[in-house]
Amino acid sequence: MAEYLILIFEDESAYATATPDVLQQVMEAHNRFAEQVPEKGGKIVEGRALQPTPTATTIRGDVVTDGPFIETKEAVGGYYLIEARDLDHALDIAKLCPARFGGVEVRPIMVFG
Amino acid sequence: MSGSPPSGGPGRGGDTGAGPGQDAGGAAQPGTVSAAIADAHRREWAFVLAATARVAGDLDLAEECVQDAYAAALTAWTRQGVPRNAGAWLTTAARRRAIDAKRRDAVLRAKLPLLIELDPPVASSAPPGAGAGEGGEVIPDDRLRLIFTCCHPALAREAQVALTLRLVCGLTTAEIAQAFVVSEPTMAARVTRAKKKISAARIAYRVPGHAELPDRLDAVLTVVHLLYTTGHTAPAGENLVRADLVDRAIGLTRMLRALMPDEREVAGLLALILLTDARRATRADAQGRVLLLEEQDRSRWDRAVIAEGAALVPWALRGGGPGRFAVQAAIAALHAEAPSYAETDWPQIVALYDALLRVWSSPVVALNRAVAVAMALGPDAGLAQIGKLEADGRLSAYRYLPAAKADLLRRLGQLEAAAQAYHAALALTDNAAEREFLARRLTEVTGTPG
Repeated sequence: MAEYLILIFEDESAYATATPDVLQQVMEAHNRFAEQVPEKGGKIVEGRALQPTPTATTIRGDVVTDGPFIETKEAVGGYYLIEARDLDHALDIAKLCPARFGGVEVRPIMVFG
Repeated sequence: MSGSPPSGGPGRGGDTGAGPGQDAGGAAQPGTVSAAIADAHRREWAFVLAATARVAGDLDLAEECVQDAYAAALTAWTRQGVPRNAGAWLTTAARRRAIDAKRRDAVLRAKLPLLIELDPPVASSAPPGAGAGEGGEVIPDDRLRLIFTCCHPALAREAQVALTLRLVCGLTTAEIAQAFVVSEPTMAARVTRAKKKISAARIAYRVPGHAELPDRLDAVLTVVHLLYTTGHTAPAGENLVRADLVDRAIGLTRMLRALMPDEREVAGLLALILLTDARRATRADAQGRVLLLEEQDRSRWDRAVIAEGAALVPWALRGGGPGRFAVQAAIAALHAEAPSYAETDWPQIVALYDALLRVWSSPVVALNRAVAVAMALGPDAGLAQIGKLEADGRLSAYRYLPAAKADLLRRLGQLEAAAQAYHAALALTDNAAEREFLARRLTEVTGTPG
């Protein structure tokens, strides 16, 4: 098994204006995802949601500024660290990852040694 | 092990000298040997590399060992004669080198590990004449694993194409760079990046499972078809056709057909390529000038190739819901078997383009349909369709749109508008033979050299 990071990129403004009903659906989708991953033979090592980018602070050199490192319409809003057999397996799992206001990026974790 | 013949395989006793696999008579003429090696390079490279990659567990190491094996063959075959089964000889030699190299520096070699899936080998997938090693051990046929790995959707299309030519066809980086009109360092970087991704992201060395096969096979066929079309009309340069790329594409399609005999779209692609390629000799005149389908000398089309292609079409179409390559092959068959351009079954061709648009909604297909509509119903009807495509805008950089429009306007006698369209087509065309054709037509409609 190898580790992959699923980075969830979504439009934050869509969440800002979402109804409680939609937010409820998103929560349920993530709960369902947590059940589907083991069914697919994979494992979620960790998964977290992030506070939106207005809460971010960026440091370049020793200059501290308000805001995210890169300003984009779709920003990283959460991630899952998963275990999968290979890229196909990881992509199979990542296809199930909820991201109704954007999409996900799958990155292999580097192994040293 | 330079110069020494490979043993019967890992763990087998040394089989030196001309064994049962060698032609009788020992030493061979140098010319015969280099011809045999060139032949083995063309025919067996994919088999040898794919089987070696499984043992090497690393694509770079596998390539190195296969190259060494071909070099060693020159000496060994000159001394002992050309083996009856060159592919097996080369595979055994390359695999033994890979095993030695791995034993020698196990740590160094783990740089680009290839993820070999440990599933049971598919029984009897080895092609006749390639599967049995010198000592009789069966070498699994991994060519499908190799091509599916090269064409994995996680790799960019241009990387898929480059890897397929490099690893499956054995072309050098310089040759690939030349075919796609990029510099050699650019192509080398592209290949290296793709190999690193295969290793780092763990793209498995395997044939996809049943559920993903249709999509994954489509990616493979798209790459092979792209190779064919790139050779069929070279992106730049003096000659219209790059025969080497065309031959590689045909070879790859035949290989896929042999390895996946039940896949209709593989048969469809082979039929399409054969039916198109049967016209190769007539696509340009003796001066290298482009000849349109209607100008070509149909008596010089290769009837044997057409027959082979046409025979595949019903099979590729069978069972309903045909794929895009099968439908394109059906269209190509109607063209190839028509007695003349005018006597082509244009209404049937329009109907097939409708079917094609249902499975492959592409503006290029719609443009081809417009040309068929013009033949079935008249140039005005075709121009109306082309007008819609112009408004759509997706083909704004596609040279064949203004070229098709110009031709229909020319037929209608609207020479000024035709000249404008020929100018637009010329501005988008880099191939010298095609430029010459458009300039000639422009001269015809304006009465002066454009």
